[in-house]
Amino acid sequence: MFDSLTTPRRVVVTGMGIASPLGVGVAHVWQRMLAGESGIGPIRLFDAKDLPAQIAGEVPTGPKAEGKLDFAEWIPVKDQKKMDRFIMLAMVAATEAVEDSGWTPESEEDRARTGVMIGSGIGGLPAISENAQLVASGKARRLSPFFIPSALINLASGHVSIKYGFKGPNHAVVTACATGVHALGDAARLIALGDAEVMVAGGTEAAICDIGMAGFCAARALSTGFNDRPTEGSRPWDAGRDGFVMGEGAGVLVLEEYEHAKKRGAKIYAEVLGYGMSGDAYHITAPAEGHDGAYRAMKAALKDAGVTPEQIQYVNAHGTSTPLGDDLELEAVERMFGDAGKQLAMSSTKSAIGHLLGAAGAVEGIFSVLALRDQVAPPTLNLHEPSRQSIIDRVALEAQPRKIEVALSNSFGFGGTNASILFRKAP
Amino acid sequence: MSDTAEKVKKIVVEHLGVEEAKVTDTASFIDDLGADSLDTVELVMAFEEAFGVEIPDDAAEKITTVKDAIDYIEAQKAA
Repeated sequence: MFDSLTTPRRVVVTGMGIASPLGVGVAHVWQRMLAGESGIGPIRLFDAKDLPAQIAGEVPTGPKAEGKLDFAEWIPVKDQKKMDRFIMLAMVAATEAVEDSGWTPESEEDRARTGVMIGSGIGGLPAISENAQLVASGKARRLSPFFIPSALINLASGHVSIKYGFKGPNHAVVTACATGVHALGDAARLIALGDAEVMVAGGTEAAICDIGMAGFCAARALSTGFNDRPTEGSRPWDAGRDGFVMGEGAGVLVLEEYEHAKKRGAKIYAEVLGYGMSGDAYHITAPAEGHDGAYRAMKAALKDAGVTPEQIQYVNAHGTSTPLGDDLELEAVERMFGDAGKQLAMSSTKSAIGHLLGAAGAVEGIFSVLALRDQVAPPTLNLHEPSRQSIIDRVALEAQPRKIEVALSNSFGFGGTNASILFRKAP
Repeated sequence: MSDTAEKVKKIVVEHLGVEEAKVTDTASFIDDLGADSLDTVELVMAFEEAFGVEIPDDAAEKITTVKDAIDYIEAQKAA
């Protein structure tokens, strides 16, 4: 069945697109990230005054030319009502990524060899909330025929495929906050195994709505102590952290078989070097003791790539700013790297944009690739006083120029699902 | 053009994202204005909302052109 495993194919990144609380567009977002800016602010998407958590990372509204978001510049009005917000964000990021890659296949054969795998943690929660309220108020007949297809998670992949005519594998990952990494890793595997030459892969999320925020508040997962100082709310590893800050956005990467990319003269950002997964088999929301699942996911990724900890210089941590998770991940990374931890830079970019749930792993994959390209570790904002000392440099407050050959990115999700992915500098 | 006709055409333009000039009386939603079956369901709902009428499914199925919609709504309003 897996004959192609005997002749593994290399996979590279040839395009990237992003919509995030720091704005729209890879160059703009990265420049702000390195400058130490924050995308967190008071919630504007709905009235959150009755909730204990009133801050979030929303994609800023405004013209594309200013690195902001105006859906009218990206999606025809007629199509917008067929998409809940998470799909529209995916369309924005996918459009940038596909244009960046220069891959616009015209032939039927090329189209059939190009697939899409954009996942989401939750999908169309705002649409579900709005339509449930219509039903509850006796207006069941007023539901739009587009409600269901606007809320289904795989419709992000569906809409991207329809827009570009990509007729290859069409798939969608749903693994809570590990979605983004799983999507990139699984899509890379599809290319390596020969199912496709090109995959448009990533994650998207837009759950900053009444029931989304109320639900995470009920799970006691969100920061509630920084409503008056939003930009300080996301503070991974800092002793004052009190939960994650909700973010929204989408990250999409164009992954491509190496020879295919070379042949068409594509710009190559980085190589997808390895991918590892694990399950905790422990608890629905809490990580296991010592975050053993994180350790095993990283270990599997290193084994897949055939690299040792000494060859890795940067880790983009899951680091959500929750009291329990951050130090457990740190513990797992220390166990994985041992003495090699001394030369490691590890940061949590969630400090600037919050936790993008199913999009997190994809936008952090982009940040990892950019760290390799520009030889710089992005900062961990608000890290003034670590709750746990470590030999690992967590890039507190300011970006650091670093020599980086290989970067690791972690994502872990509710249910006890863990994924790690490794990128190497462009071959 | 009657008030009803004007309003119907405005709704069609907004919902289907088509040019006003294309929305003639005889234009078919699916064949001429690029709608699919879900678009027509939504369009009928928009007519119901805008004119305060109820259009049962069997009647909605027969509304395939701009004129069909105008005639049906005017008949309802007269009744």
